Amino acid sequence: MQKIVSLDQVYFAYDQRPVLEEINLEVEEGDFLAVIGPNGGGKTTLLRLILGCLAPVSGSVRVLGQDPRNIRSRIGYVPQHSEFARDFPVTVEDVVLMGRIKPGSLFPRRRAADLEAAVQAMQSVGILELAKRRFGTLSGGQKQRALIARALSSNPLLLLLDEPTASVDSRVEKDIYDLLRDLNKRMTIIMVSHDLGFISSYVNKVACVNKRLKIHPAHEITSEEIISEAYDGAMHSLRHECRL
Amino acid sequence: MTDFLATIGQHAFMQNAFYAGLLASVACGMAGTYVVVKRISYISGGIAHAVLGGMGIAYYLGLHPLLGAVVFALCSAVLLGLVSIKAKQHEDTIIGALWAVGMAIGVIFISITPGYKVDLTSFLFGNILLVSATDLAILCGLDLLILLLVLVFYRQFQAICFDEEYARLRGIPVEVLYILLLCLIALTVVILIQIVGLILVIALLTLPASIAGLGSKKLGSMMALAFLYSLFFTVSGLILAYLKNLPAGAMIIILAGIGYLFALGLKSAVTFRVKKNALKLP
Repeated sequence: MQKIVSLDQVYFAYDQRPVLEEINLEVEEGDFLAVIGPNGGGKTTLLRLILGCLAPVSGSVRVLGQDPRNIRSRIGYVPQHSEFARDFPVTVEDVVLMGRIKPGSLFPRRRAADLEAAVQAMQSVGILELAKRRFGTLSGGQKQRALIARALSSNPLLLLLDEPTASVDSRVEKDIYDLLRDLNKRMTIIMVSHDLGFISSYVNKVACVNKRLKIHPAHEITSEEIISEAYDGAMHSLRHECRL
Repeated sequence: MTDFLATIGQHAFMQNAFYAGLLASVACGMAGTYVVVKRISYISGGIAHAVLGGMGIAYYLGLHPLLGAVVFALCSAVLLGLVSIKAKQHEDTIIGALWAVGMAIGVIFISITPGYKVDLTSFLFGNILLVSATDLAILCGLDLLILLLVLVFYRQFQAICFDEEYARLRGIPVEVLYILLLCLIALTVVILIQIVGLILVIALLTLPASIAGLGSKKLGSMMALAFLYSLFFTVSGLILAYLKNLPAGAMIIILAGIGYLFALGLKSAVTFRVKKNALKLP
């Protein structure tokens, strides 16, 4: 099995305030990893380290054996749909095409190969018929699919998602998880999530992140203990900080 | 009205005023669209007001004030761009400071310029009727430069306006492009100052583009629409100002304001009807 992501003794701090400590994580090809933990526990920071947006203070982050900054074109990233302005004048197709943009993409023209990749990506998430609609007029679930299509358009080996089901209803949530399960057949997925009861049947590993990281196989995660362990840690560190 | 058309034929200054309105609208449609979608009207306001410093210094040195304006506008665009990237948390304080300091420099230099005193209000509120043939040539050059930048970097600007973080992930030089975008806006501000003056510039930059943005599906079509709205407000403002003997810049802005309110009202009426009809469905 090829190591897709490996973090070795990673330490990260914002202005002397430690956010992640002693992080060791190995993600193998074909894994579907859920990252859970309390808000402020370092989930998003972990994601940004793997994306290469942040560099660790100490320790190493490797994606496919390389510095993540050198291999960004093979990493697909899906942010939360609610971060986007509703009134931005852009079609769904153009949003998906942004997944193909390069520093050398000049002038408004669109290359045939880019268009083809965008069409394929929209097809694989089932939004091809929405291609000419304005992005802002889509529903939350449709927007999230469009953002997944954008990430897919660059043919990534690794897909990273930041709470893809935040602010969508539970029916749409299930649709998106089903879609991700399909995509998992051809790529490795790491997903930050806020709820875990639901996802345990989709993912094969769960990482509980709260300053430190503990990894569990998915079948263990049903036990309430692990959940409370992940979240109680937050309470401890909070008390600790207050005393200081 | 025929009287008015005859006047345009007779007087070069009226023709120049219309050409200036046309050239300003070209830049306004493009730059205004970016200001609206990226929500940077405050930073653009800072650039507009700092420009007075450059115009004042140019006057004092006996240079063409447009030259001083261009230099000052570009400098403040780069400076504010760097501030907004490096010191996000102090951004509004620094914009506010540059805004006022630029104006203060301008006022001082204009007051110490010996000889004939230039009228400060024509800088502040514009004087479209004083646009000369040289001014028109400069405006034309600036327009071409802006058009070229927008064409070349269309997709890159779209990417950084829509989702800066993703653009960065794709290896796009986000910071450089952001500063370039601010420079483009700065050049537009210089053009618009000739028409409506630096106090009113933000309204002309944002109102036509905001109206255009209400229904557009693409940045390009939003720019084209914003150009048409801007042209309509400038020309009709100019005509009204001439007929009623009122200041042209202020007239243009009032029309743009009314146009924006009207468009908002129309849009909410349409949305309301759509919602009502949707509720009627079984």
